[in-house]
Amino acid sequence: MKNFEYAVPRTEAEALGLLSREWGETEILAGGTDLVGLMKKMIVTPDRVVNIKEIPTLRGVSETADGILIGAVTPLDEVLDSPLLDDFPAVKQAIRGISSIQLQAQGTIGGELCQRPQCWYYRNGGGLLADRGKLVASGDNRYHAIFNNSGPAKFVHPSRLAPALIALGAAVRVIGPKQDQESLVPLAEFYRVPRDDNQRETVLAPSQLVTHVYVPWLNLHSATYEVRHGEGPDYPLAAAAAALEISGGVVREARIVLGHVAPTPLVSGDARNALVGRSVDANTAESAGAAAVAHATPLSHNGYKAQLAKTAVKRAILLAAGLETGGF
Amino acid sequence: MKDQEHQNGKSGFNRRDFLRGSGAAAAATALATAPQLAFAQAADDKKVVRDQTTITLNVNGGDHKVIVEPRTTLLEAIRYQLKLTGAKPVSPDGVAGAATVLVDGKAMNADTLLALECAGKKVRTVESLGGEKPDAVPAAFVHNDAQQCGFCTPGFVVAVRAFLNAHPQATEAEIRHGLNGNICRCGTYANVIQAAMEVVKGGSK
Repeated sequence: MKNFEYAVPRTEAEALGLLSREWGETEILAGGTDLVGLMKKMIVTPDRVVNIKEIPTLRGVSETADGILIGAVTPLDEVLDSPLLDDFPAVKQAIRGISSIQLQAQGTIGGELCQRPQCWYYRNGGGLLADRGKLVASGDNRYHAIFNNSGPAKFVHPSRLAPALIALGAAVRVIGPKQDQESLVPLAEFYRVPRDDNQRETVLAPSQLVTHVYVPWLNLHSATYEVRHGEGPDYPLAAAAAALEISGGVVREARIVLGHVAPTPLVSGDARNALVGRSVDANTAESAGAAAVAHATPLSHNGYKAQLAKTAVKRAILLAAGLETGGF
Repeated sequence: MKDQEHQNGKSGFNRRDFLRGSGAAAAATALATAPQLAFAQAADDKKVVRDQTTITLNVNGGDHKVIVEPRTTLLEAIRYQLKLTGAKPVSPDGVAGAATVLVDGKAMNADTLLALECAGKKVRTVESLGGEKPDAVPAAFVHNDAQQCGFCTPGFVVAVRAFLNAHPQATEAEIRHGLNGNICRCGTYANVIQAAMEVVKGGSK
C-alpha cells in the first residue's frame, strides 16, 4: 500500500475541507471493506484518506415526518436490526443477502452504495474501463453487463442495496463541493455510465460526500431477489428489486430495478408497463420478467444472464406481492 | 541436530523474528518518502496523521503501545508487533475471513481495518478464547475435529463466537448462512457447523 495522510474530521464541514477537487488525490474511508483492499493492490493510490466514521451526525437510523433517514456510516447490521425499516423488506433482504457477518458489521450503507465495480479487469489493474472496453469485449466477460454495454464501460454496478433503494424511491443527501452546498439526489439519478477515465460510476464530484440515505414512506410492497452462484459470499450473477403499489388486487404503480446487469442499477420501464393495471400472479410476473430482458444485448460469454435477470424480476415481484416466500 | 536446536528455540534466530525485522526496515525506508500533498487545501495538522506515530490499542483486555503508519492495518499491528499471530493474512480484501477479530464485540476483518481507526476500541483476538480453560467454541472445534490444515480455523472460531453471541439459539441453517464470511479451502465446513451446533446445544462436556 502506498502511504498516505490519514485525516479524521469530526464535522461535515471539516470533511469537505479535507477533500481534493481532483480524483485520485483523496479517498473517503467508511467501512474500508472495499477501499483498503483496493489500496493494497495499488488500484487506488490516494495521497490522503479521510475517515468519515467519527462524524456523529452521519450515523444512525431515524424517522422523519415522511420517511426514514439513514446516516451514511451506519453499519449494515444496524440497518438490518432497525425496526424502523421493517416495512421496507427489499432493503433488509438485500442486506441479508450479503450474509458475511464481517461485511455486515464493518460495511456501511454509504460505502455499499459507493463501492467500486468488481470487474476482474479493473481489480487486476486494467483500469475502470479496461482499455476502453476492449479487454472485456474480447476477453472473459461472463460476469459483465448485458445492458448499456455498447460504450467503453462494460462492468456491472456492484451495489446490492441500490436496486432496492431505487425501487423504494430513495434519495441521497450530498454535500459539497462548497461548504454550504447540499442537495438531495434521487438515487435513480445518482449512478451514471462513465465515458472516459476521468469519470466514476456516480455523479459525485471528487470533493462531494454522501451523508445520508433518505427512504420515503410510500406504503409500497417491496422485495429483493438475487440469483447467486451457490450459497457462498460472492456477488449475485443477477438481481432485481420490486416495489409495488397495490390496491383492490391490482398493481397501480410499480418500480422494477435490475442489479448486476448494467454499469448502473437499471430501472426497467418495460417491466413496469407489463405489470401496471394487472393483478399479480405467476403469469404477469413472468411476462414482466420477459419484458425486462427483451432488449438485452449480451456480450460473447454472458447471454445466460438474461434468463437469470428475467427470473430475478419474476421472483422479486412474487415476493413483493406476498405470493411467494423464500430468499432471505 | 541444528533442527532440534531450532525447535527448542535455542538457536537465537527464528523465521518470525527475521520477518518482523525486515518489515521494520521496509517501513523505515518508506517513511523517508512520505507523500507531501500538492493540492492547495493543506490539512490542519491536529486532525491529520502523516508519518509514523505511536498509538495505544486495547487488545484482549490490555492496553498496548504500537508504532504505526497510516497504512498499517490492524492485522499487521497485532501480528507483527503484539505477536498475536492467530489472525491470518490470507486475502488482501478480507473475503476469506481468516483475519477475523472482534472489534467492540463485532466480527470484523483485521486485514481491511487500519490500525489507526481501532485506537480507542476494544479488540479481541482468537488468543483471548484459548488458555487453560478455553472458551466453549474452540473446545467444540477440538471435540468435533473441526479443522484440517487449520489456517482458516482462528477466523472461524472468532466468527462462530461472534455469531453465537448475537444468536445463541441459532439453527443450523442460520449458522451456515451466518458463517458465509469465512472460507475453508480444505472444505471442513461440516465439522465447523457441527461444532457450532454443539455449542448451541450446551457444549461438549
